[in-house]
Amino acid sequence: MFLVLAAALFATGLFGALSQQSVVMVMMGLELMINALVVAGAAFWYFLAPARPDGQVFVLVVLAAMTVEMALGFAVATLLMRARDADMTDMAGDLRG
Amino acid sequence: MRVTAFVLLALLAVAGGVAVFVVNSMARATIALAVSFVAAGAAILLVDAAYLGVITILMMLMEMGIMAIFMIMFMMNPGGLMPMSMMHNKRGALVVSIVVFLLLAGGALGTPWPQRRGTPPSDPTLALGEAIMGGKMLVMMTVSAVLFATIVSAMVLATGRGRYDGEPSARPADDA
Amino acid sequence: MTAAPVWSVLPAAALVLAYASGAAVLDGLLDPADRDRGAGVRAGRPLWETARLLRQRRRSTVTPDALLWRAGAAGPLVVALLMAVVVPMGGRAVADPVVGVVWFNALDVALWLLVWSAGWGANGVYALVGGYRYLAQALAYELPLMFALTGPAVAAGSLRMSEVVAAQHGLWFVVWMPVAFGVFLGAVAGFSLWGPFGYPAGRDVAGGVLAEPSGVDRLVLLAGRYALLAAGAAMASALFLGGPAGPVLPGWLWSALKTALVLAALVAVRRRMPVLRADRVMRLAWLVVLPLTLAQLLVVAVIAVVVGG
Repeated sequence: MFLVLAAALFATGLFGALSQQSVVMVMMGLELMINALVVAGAAFWYFLAPARPDGQVFVLVVLAAMTVEMALGFAVATLLMRARDADMTDMAGDLRG
Repeated sequence: MRVTAFVLLALLAVAGGVAVFVVNSMARATIALAVSFVAAGAAILLVDAAYLGVITILMMLMEMGIMAIFMIMFMMNPGGLMPMSMMHNKRGALVVSIVVFLLLAGGALGTPWPQRRGTPPSDPTLALGEAIMGGKMLVMMTVSAVLFATIVSAMVLATGRGRYDGEPSARPADDA
Repeated sequence: MTAAPVWSVLPAAALVLAYASGAAVLDGLLDPADRDRGAGVRAGRPLWETARLLRQRRRSTVTPDALLWRAGAAGPLVVALLMAVVVPMGGRAVADPVVGVVWFNALDVALWLLVWSAGWGANGVYALVGGYRYLAQALAYELPLMFALTGPAVAAGSLRMSEVVAAQHGLWFVVWMPVAFGVFLGAVAGFSLWGPFGYPAGRDVAGGVLAEPSGVDRLVLLAGRYALLAAGAAMASALFLGGPAGPVLPGWLWSALKTALVLAALVAVRRRMPVLRADRVMRLAWLVVLPLTLAQLLVVAVIAVVVGG
């Protein structure tokens, strides 16, 4: 049941990440996908091997990955904005300086 | 009771997630994503992972606070006053994501999951803390190094001035 | 410490509101603007203000985002009540979750978005500036606040509020964590837009996030601000001041007294300190306060290891 929720969140996020044009909206889609991983990780921990803490540690690592994604995503978005006033993925197609 | 709560929270989480890409206003999109995260975090609370659930909520609300700034700053139509579509290749994305959902959900329901091993410890938070400070310390050390590298590289990417540019002169006068 | 029944939510909420009204009365008494009027008039000011706001017609701006605006106006009060759920008063709390301290922290982060959307929803320049100022200020105080909350948790060896309180039976945490205590009080003022951290609601932007709401909205927002102060003061008395510990008097009275004292101090400081600009707060918080808090945490951790064996 938890995995179905995770799957739904993942699919929603995927839709967003694929269909949106703006960098920030793509990042929101990615966030949703990672959120699905958090839910799935907690569910695996609880329903399969609750005696070992590995599942919980996994969730923490995923959370850290999420922050890294956010920070770097925003940094790149700021850089793009500064460099060429673009906030669209299409405009950023060539990443040559 | 627990099943009902879970179903409600799951619906809320997915509805929030969908709303992110449906609403016009960027502010509402950010808040919708925050609602989705809070619902997901509350769902995690249901499986006795109190610390993980609350920390997820905490982190996500914080990120959405920051997100709000960037959303409004970078989007060309933040207030949703001029309704417009920001999609491209909408149909393709819809098909791909529905197929992925069916695959994942099918896998989740169809896989013969192994039997549950062991029972949850009486205090999962304590168990997590001991794991981080014990057997899983290396993982956390790696994470901390990665986070530090992130801070530095994000600053380098985002900052507008270089090593020798000095303080920004645009600082408002002190008596302003 | 016993788990309280569900109905105890009501008296807890009433207690928060009572403290909030007390703070409002005290603030009215301390306001120098009305000094020539009688003390009765000044003490009754919250009452008159409430009556006025209840009768006032709700004014609106051009194309506000009504949903977010209302949510933001109601937010602080809701957050304050949710915070109060885990705060033990006299050895009792409505709920005592394993992660009480983190719960408090998560709620104060929830204020980021709520206050910001109160500023955004009004669709007014001053309100929006206020909302962004709140975010900027929050970035400054949040990290020191987190480490300040970590101190008592490390010393008690638990994130559960009841165990944090119980760990102070010998010595109150304020004695050997003065920095964390100060940072915590500052952060309470920060998330309540109070005193030196009243920048998001500053006079230079016509009240900032408080500029546009009127009528009931404004009443709820102002009440929420006082309620946040009250919840923060109660939390401070439980985290650092030993909660119900004290001689002669019964425990619940000590809890109530300490909370009232901290709250009164917070209210009194409002007009005695200049409002700090957010960039100054940021500098101060990251360059001075954060290292100090970390040093405090190191001291606490070393003591906890040595004493705890």
